[in-house]
Amino acid sequence: MRATLILAVQAALARAYPRAVWMTRNRTWLIQETLLPVLSVSAFAYSYIAMKAPPEYVGFVILGAAMTTFWLNVLWAMGAHLYWERDSGNLGLYIMSPAPMMSILAGMAMGGMTTTTVRAAAIVLAGVLLFDVPFDPTSWWLLIGVFLLTLLALYGLGMMFASLFLLWGREAWHTVNLLQEPVYLLAGMNFPLKNVFPMAVAGTALLLPLATGMDAMRQVLFRAEGVLHYSYEIGMLAVLAAIFLVSAKWSLDYLERKSREEGRLTVRWE
Amino acid sequence: MNKLSIRIEGLSRVYRKKRKRKWFRKQPAESAKDFVALDDVNLEVRPGELFGLLGPNGAGKTTLIKILTTLLSPSTGNAWVDGLDVVKQAKELRPRINMVSGGESSGYGILTVRENIWLFARIYGVPNEQIKARTDRMLDVVGLADKASSRVSHLSTGQRQKMNFCRGFVTDPKILFLDEPTLGLDVTAARNIRQFIQQWMKEDPRRTILLTTHYMAEADELCDRLAIVDRGKILACNSPTNLKRLVQEHPLFAMTLSPGPNGLPELNGLAGVRQATRTETPTTVELKVSLEEEPAIGSVVSKIAASGAKILTLRKVEPTLEDVFIEHVGHGIESEAG
Ligand SMILES: Nc1ncnc2c1ncn2[C@@H]1O[C@H](COP(=O)(O)OP(=O)(O)OP(=O)(O)O)[C@@H](O)[C@H]1O
Ligand SMILES: [Mg+2]
Repeated sequence: MRATLILAVQAALARAYPRAVWMTRNRTWLIQETLLPVLSVSAFAYSYIAMKAPPEYVGFVILGAAMTTFWLNVLWAMGAHLYWERDSGNLGLYIMSPAPMMSILAGMAMGGMTTTTVRAAAIVLAGVLLFDVPFDPTSWWLLIGVFLLTLLALYGLGMMFASLFLLWGREAWHTVNLLQEPVYLLAGMNFPLKNVFPMAVAGTALLLPLATGMDAMRQVLFRAEGVLHYSYEIGMLAVLAAIFLVSAKWSLDYLERKSREEGRLTVRWE
Repeated sequence: MNKLSIRIEGLSRVYRKKRKRKWFRKQPAESAKDFVALDDVNLEVRPGELFGLLGPNGAGKTTLIKILTTLLSPSTGNAWVDGLDVVKQAKELRPRINMVSGGESSGYGILTVRENIWLFARIYGVPNEQIKARTDRMLDVVGLADKASSRVSHLSTGQRQKMNFCRGFVTDPKILFLDEPTLGLDVTAARNIRQFIQQWMKEDPRRTILLTTHYMAEADELCDRLAIVDRGKILACNSPTNLKRLVQEHPLFAMTLSPGPNGLPELNGLAGVRQATRTETPTTVELKVSLEEEPAIGSVVSKIAASGAKILTLRKVEPTLEDVFIEHVGHGIESEAG
């Protein structure tokens, strides 16, 4: 048991390594991942400023942009990576190895998180330096806790999606693609959910870890009104994270069994 | 009782033809044509053996290796590697095996050769110092030491293959599967690799290698035993020497011909001729004839002469593994399976 755990950690770190290396060997990413998102956030921020909205509204934009970065990384980057791993033949090597597939996907997630964190940090920094956003959480620990829990739920969902994409092919990917805008809307990317949506819609939105996490963080950071009290939302996030991680494990096992039966583990298809 | 390294019993694998995938719709039950890649294969490989699979393209060699390395399920039948069922005990089996195939494109272009090997050893839980030591040794063997710090994306095809070859050994597997390990490598590199394979086997008698190859000389030189596979079936299984001895009973002649205007006559079916195979070169035809009895060569020669073809050379030859292959498969390994 202990040996399996150590192997899992080693494998996850090993798989995260290429991404870390990519960051140091590929220079252009820094501009792409920092300057560009800051520009697009600025556009929103300035429109709130021009409207003379309360300063925390600019804060909502900053928070929304930072968190959505993770969401995008989860959905597209992880799915695309697993595809690529299959087509290049790496997936076969991973499956053949004693390392659990969950650890490989966790490694992919960690790799994705590193660049994404830089991007999100740039956005937050811009918020502080350019727009004077009043960051004053009720508790930093609480904020960090909610943030990490949100990431866990998000990347759990990402791991699940990645294997489902591989199982169902590109069509599934396109279908999920259609959900992008509705998700932004439902998650309350640039505005608080409460008071904007009727309770039923806002409540449903809380099934998205992105929405729940942001709603809780808005409460902790800006003392905004949440759909539910953040303690409930933290509970929901924990439950969502557990469900997604278990489903990810389940769908990976299913993917492996199915593709061994159909002989598609090492072959391109579609 | 000595445990077998590989045991295969009644193993078959059928590839179902891909049906069009439609979302949220059950497939119609009508089955498209299925393809039998392996048909009732039985095989035993003992610890310490360097075992070879020889067969034309599409024979099912890679399919068999994928099943044994837990990447593919058998349709029917069973297989055990190191005493573990490849389907039911895949998890226990995986730490003990590894596989390298010629022409695989795995790896990360952004990483260096050393980092790439490290990554794929790390997922086997090999400690860093061991990875370092083994990688150094392997890179020397394949002559890639000077490229250790080059990016994988900057390697040539052959160099990339050498790197993957190293990857297979760095985890020190008990049973190693090599699918055409020398495919596309230059003569020296291929020879070094063959030498290393033999050396590696000598270092620990518990090790086992199953390899496939299209090079007869390679199979002859390396393998303790060989199985000749064609169209999913094992046609013969024995040591290279014994396989050759079986065809040695029949006299074998090699001829170089310059064909007449009407081409060459059909020799198969001629009295006393067991099998005749020809290989065309731009100007001549190489002919190999296996006979029931030596005197039958007389009628072969007269038939050829009668067709207007010229016999440039004629000699009696010792059978090679290629002749064994031809004997069993019915055609040379160079030509496509009919
Ligand atoms: N995923 C697949 N789906 C359908 N058919 C397949 C699949 N993989 C292999 N086959 C078929 O099974 C047969 C055996 O293939 P396999 O790759 O095992 O041959 P092989 O002996 O390794 O040949 P080669 O010497 O060319 O490598 C081939 O006819 C091939 O077309
Ligand atoms: Mg093959």
